[in-house]
Amino acid sequence: MDKIDNDLLLKVADLHSIPQGAFNIRKNGQLVGRQNSKGIEIETKQDKPGINIKIQDGIKNQSVHIPVIVTESDFNDLVYNDFYIGKDCEILIVAGCGLHNTGNKANSHAGIHEFWIGENSVVRYVEKHFAQGKDNVEKNLNPTTVLHLGKNSHFVMETAQLGGVTSSERVTEADLDDNAVLEIKESILTEQSQQASTTFSVDLNGKDSRVHVVSRSVAKDDSFQEFISEINGNNECFGHVECDAIVMGNAQVASTPALQNTHPDAALTHEAAIGKIAGEQIIKLQTLGLTKEQAEEAILKGFLK
Amino acid sequence: MLSLKNITYSVKENGVKRTILDGITYDFDAGKNYVITGANGCGKSTLAKIIMGIVSADNGQIFFNGKDITNLNITQRANLGLAFAFQQPVRFKGLTSKDILEYSTNDKLHTASACEFLSQVGLCAREYFNRELDNTLSGGELKRIEIASVLARGGLVNIFDEPEAGIDIWSFNNLVDIFKKSINQTNCNIIISHQEKLFASADEIILIDNGKVALSGAADEVLPQLKGYQSCKKLEGV
Repeated sequence: MDKIDNDLLLKVADLHSIPQGAFNIRKNGQLVGRQNSKGIEIETKQDKPGINIKIQDGIKNQSVHIPVIVTESDFNDLVYNDFYIGKDCEILIVAGCGLHNTGNKANSHAGIHEFWIGENSVVRYVEKHFAQGKDNVEKNLNPTTVLHLGKNSHFVMETAQLGGVTSSERVTEADLDDNAVLEIKESILTEQSQQASTTFSVDLNGKDSRVHVVSRSVAKDDSFQEFISEINGNNECFGHVECDAIVMGNAQVASTPALQNTHPDAALTHEAAIGKIAGEQIIKLQTLGLTKEQAEEAILKGFLK
Repeated sequence: MLSLKNITYSVKENGVKRTILDGITYDFDAGKNYVITGANGCGKSTLAKIIMGIVSADNGQIFFNGKDITNLNITQRANLGLAFAFQQPVRFKGLTSKDILEYSTNDKLHTASACEFLSQVGLCAREYFNRELDNTLSGGELKRIEIASVLARGGLVNIFDEPEAGIDIWSFNNLVDIFKKSINQTNCNIIISHQEKLFASADEIILIDNGKVALSGAADEVLPQLKGYQSCKKLEGV
């Protein structure tokens, strides 16, 4: 582990040092560190690349860090991570991937994560993506997250793509049992000619299940972002999707809601807003002494926070 | 400390020029509260925005402590000590009361000092410090945070554009107190208002009518004469 590795880990997993509790650190497709903790076991998959994370019933106030870094050029990492979370748990899971590419060929990471959340469990899942290195060399990230939420479970998913990623295709699928709650907060920044697409597909199968998706994105320069949200209300349930995008330069954003109910008591809503930074926001911050450029930076920083 | 010299401003409506401000000249001194009043549409908010640099006058000059600031932009005027509370505060997705107060004071704030600013406007810092200035706040809550952000700035010329607009009954007496207390020998407040209750905070009152200063002077002298100016003559087609 060198300075670049440590910087990447800090950016994508807020790691200043080896974390407390369970962790698994993967670099260029290889395991570089692992630790289990009480009630949390991480094992290498036998049939394909990746790990199984098994968390016993009733494990509370514990964390699991599973960051991935790719620093080799011409390296495409694919990994399958499965999370089996028991009943009555309270767990923080920090994933995330940092790409560093100073070579001449593309590198990428695709993490396929599947979660089975036991009854009454509360999980906060944080995933940050970041890439750095040569501008004209591709650095791609394609995460897939599949969630199965048991009765009364609560899953909070916070994802952030912090810049530098040439292309990303993010897919999130979820099915929710009775009283399950899913909250998704996504922030994406694209610049230059970067492309990012996000697809959410949520089946609200359980009675009184709820989903709330908040996506905030900033598209600069000539970048393009696509946001698709499919929410299916298959029971008495509630679903709400908010997509807010700030566009700058010649950037483009497409937001496509697809709400459908198969149950008469499903309540599904969607709101989307795409536009430049409001001029009055800049003026307000100028009256506080900021320049136009400082004001824009402050607005974007807050928006993506 | 602030002098307006012959400020004019006009707009075009359906191709026809309409004069809003027709040669406003006035001197504002430190240590005083000024209330600028007049009927809806008579140009008092426009005048406030011209002072801050948000709107450019057609003609005229603005001097601040002897320096001609007519051609300075908003940021430059802010850094000289001008501050502005918006009639309709801007909403921000993502920025919190804390963020705005920190930009305002140019300093990292702890809850205790935020408490000082927010409690002046009747808000509990613990409850509002980390609230985003988005549409989860009511207009009145946002307005109070707006006023706090200007007070926190500690400016030399504080302009409040209709501070009572959108604020509940709590506020009138408290606003008067805030304006009185925030004045010292180095600063002044310019309050744009047609709310009579706020006139109690005024040392001087300026009535804008027909684009000109129609009445001005010490509050106790001007107040009795205001009755004769219930509406803007311009709006009545005079």
